[in-house]
Amino acid sequence: MKKSRLVMIGNGMAGVRTLEELLKIAPGLYDIAVFGAEPHPNYNRILLSPVLAGEQTLDDIVLNAWQWYEQNNIRLHAGKKVVEVDRVRRVVRAEDGTEEEYDRLLLCTGSNPFILPVPGNNLPGVIAYRDIADTNAMIEAAQKYKNAVVIGGGLLGLEAANGLMRRGMDVTVVHVMPWLMERQLDDVAGKLLQKSLEERGLKFMIGAQTGELLAGADGRVKTVKFKDGSAVDADLVVMAVGIRPSTQLAETMKLHVNRGIVVHDTMQTVTDARIYSVGECAAHRGIAYGLVAPLFEQAKVAANHLAQFGIGRYTGSLTSTKLKVTGIDLFSCGDFMGSASGKPEDEGTEAIVMSDPFGGVYKKLVIKDDKLVGACLYGDTVDGSWYFKLLREGRNVNDIRDKLMFGESSLGDAGHAGHTKAASMADDAEVCGCNGINKGAICKAIKEKGLFTLDEVRKHTKASGSCGSCTGLVEQILMFTAGGDYSAAPKKKAMCACTDHSHQDVRDAIRKHKLLTIAETFSFMEWRAPNGCATCRPAVNYYLISTWPKLAKDDPQSRYINERSHANIQKDGTYSVIPRMWGGETTADELRRIANVVDKYKIPTVKVTGGQRIDLLGVKKEDLKSVWQDLGMPSGHAYAKALRTVKTCVGSEWCRFGTQDSTQMGKDLERALWRMYAPHKVKLAVSGCPRNCAESGIKDVGVIGVDSGWEIHIAGNGGIKTEAAQFLCKVKTAAEVLEYSGAFLQLYREEGWYLERTVHYVNRVGLDHVKKKILEDDAGRKALWERLQFSLEGEPDPWFELDKAAVDMRQFTRLPVEQPA
Amino acid sequence: MNQWTVICRIADIPVLGSRRVGRPRGMDIAVFRNDRDQVFALLDRCPHKGGPLSQGIVFGTSVACPLHNWTIGLQDGCAKAPDVGCATKFTVKVQDGVVCLDALELATLAIDLQPPRAGPKREIHQIA
Repeated sequence: MKKSRLVMIGNGMAGVRTLEELLKIAPGLYDIAVFGAEPHPNYNRILLSPVLAGEQTLDDIVLNAWQWYEQNNIRLHAGKKVVEVDRVRRVVRAEDGTEEEYDRLLLCTGSNPFILPVPGNNLPGVIAYRDIADTNAMIEAAQKYKNAVVIGGGLLGLEAANGLMRRGMDVTVVHVMPWLMERQLDDVAGKLLQKSLEERGLKFMIGAQTGELLAGADGRVKTVKFKDGSAVDADLVVMAVGIRPSTQLAETMKLHVNRGIVVHDTMQTVTDARIYSVGECAAHRGIAYGLVAPLFEQAKVAANHLAQFGIGRYTGSLTSTKLKVTGIDLFSCGDFMGSASGKPEDEGTEAIVMSDPFGGVYKKLVIKDDKLVGACLYGDTVDGSWYFKLLREGRNVNDIRDKLMFGESSLGDAGHAGHTKAASMADDAEVCGCNGINKGAICKAIKEKGLFTLDEVRKHTKASGSCGSCTGLVEQILMFTAGGDYSAAPKKKAMCACTDHSHQDVRDAIRKHKLLTIAETFSFMEWRAPNGCATCRPAVNYYLISTWPKLAKDDPQSRYINERSHANIQKDGTYSVIPRMWGGETTADELRRIANVVDKYKIPTVKVTGGQRIDLLGVKKEDLKSVWQDLGMPSGHAYAKALRTVKTCVGSEWCRFGTQDSTQMGKDLERALWRMYAPHKVKLAVSGCPRNCAESGIKDVGVIGVDSGWEIHIAGNGGIKTEAAQFLCKVKTAAEVLEYSGAFLQLYREEGWYLERTVHYVNRVGLDHVKKKILEDDAGRKALWERLQFSLEGEPDPWFELDKAAVDMRQFTRLPVEQPA
Repeated sequence: MNQWTVICRIADIPVLGSRRVGRPRGMDIAVFRNDRDQVFALLDRCPHKGGPLSQGIVFGTSVACPLHNWTIGLQDGCAKAPDVGCATKFTVKVQDGVVCLDALELATLAIDLQPPRAGPKREIHQIA
């Protein structure tokens, strides 16, 4: 069969990204041809500013070299402008007569700079700032001439002005609005920016309206004249007053155009379903985006439909901005103006403002209905990516409102997430401690490989791919290196490459449609890979058994090895075995049996754990069953995403300070909760007095005995980033401790995403939500506690009821090599 | 002509799972079975840090190493990009539900490769 033909018009970032996504998911599906008006392969338009400023070269910013097109069998017609498309015969024709026939057409014509309609706008020396040719013209002019005028004090205009100044020109920026970058900054930040640029040597004419451009004796532009009669000298005039979607071709094709080529959520044009459009030329729900992150989201959707999977939808994007002028940090996102905008929809917004004009720092956070809706940062943008994340997720920030202004690092008291500003870090400073990746390596990969997303950086450098605690820092570096319009993770994150559905989508569908098996879930939710992958299968398996206890059947083959072999794999392939010691108490008998097992099975290391138990390390897989038998102690589940340990202090039985019997409380909690699988591991502690010797403050549930009862703290974490637990409530009796703790853990089991610790779960849904469910709804709390007990009732101890726990016995024996057949 | 050694019946390998094959010399071989009853054999040693691939989660024609989650292709033993490296691959024959490996490969392939080590360094005290 002859392949379908795909023709792309426009060889820019959005279009080529669509092709890359398409080649990734459906290689070889199409015979592909590309027309590009510029005589270059696809380059990173965002980085033209650093090229102009002399910080990078043109070669540095090429994203797809000529060889890429060859390797992927793409016919590239570079430097050939398309002048006609015949939608009936389905033929594309370029200026020079080159023709290509198509079955699917991808229009990525991008945008054109807007040229002010003033006399003299076509004089030599008057240019726009849009492509490599413009950039080269500016670099050339800077070598010959002295005076430059940039019309437009927006993002692009300021980057152009900075570049020309760096190349030695005397630059005046003309801006008609009352302050710089009014679409991204409020007046305070805009004026701070102006001050700082003036200190660098730029001149500004704010509020000036350009009247006409006059030529000198040589015919080249010489003077910019304003409507008020004043004038400035100019050997070079750069127009940077905005862009317009480039739609001339689409109009001649009779496609519906309204502020861009109008497309559906599938990125197909509303006029012709064979024709797709992505990028700055496309108008989606009335918006034509000009930043790269939304364009890449569009590319992904278009590729999905071109690949005939037909499940992605683009539903619009939130955008953020950063200026690429070295040494100036500014960031804004969302509704940064707040009520100051005077618009009716901004009424009822509140602003938290921090202003230090002498230090050159200004931060404004706009809040509406307890949610962050906008941010404008100047001078200190370290937390820009965090604010943007809060904004995208629409998280309720009421409980962290007092700390919000001081950034993400103010929420925890240790860890290394916010220890330094990405921009000021040295190249050899370590960013990812797990994988030993320094800042220089990350920057290099971002530049050389043209990376735009956190996922891509993870893939190529491993940075933030292990424990994830440096994610914020890596995002900052990405933002700093790739520019502000780096592709932030979309609001809804797909579970893995097998699907576009998020963890929440999958949880909801399993509950709503009563899905009971992995196969059913995958087929219902149209998984791309028939048996998923090592990321989604364990998650879906957990969602099934936690949502439908006793009904959904556990699938051991979809569990990580530790939960299949009920021991913890070590780096040499041996296992570690930790028997359960209720509340950390043991007996002479148990210790004797442990000692005998160590001798009998020649176990090389015996170690006391942090959870008040004993770890036997280096057990051979073949020995596991007999080790469990000989120990005669229950499984400690130290290998599982499940209840691990309940750490206790000595308590009132012995301790002269003890106010409550913490050991007994711990034992009771452990007996009530053991065998409980959860989204992630769960650790508890009970202390008998506020001295808190069991370290309840860093546990998923930490109980502290006081004279009048028990305090319950939740969502603490002693791991990657130390997080102090948050006070939930105080109760009087031991029975209440069981009920409240159990109800909270059941809530987490029902709502948490797989591999999300309680601290991240509570951060996501907000402590208020948990309080509502546990403290304010007595019936709901009791129901939660009952559901947990129902789930746990009759659950097997996998070390002794191997059949019932569906442990595959074959894994414990090797197959011998028999004689040749 | 290949000399084939009988290993097991296909039903002896769990679906989307694996078995370990011990051999007189050299490290174990992992034999995998996917949901389409395809059988693959690799040295039970991830090219990254020697993790036992037999213990990984099997999906499609890949296995995820249990130590650091590298994805290893079952057909060629090679790591999925951007990771680089290959586990030694063994030839498999399945006939009438019986899984066989090549006798010569069993006896000679990757005999020298050592398993990764863990635990206290034991030899040091012995030097007298």
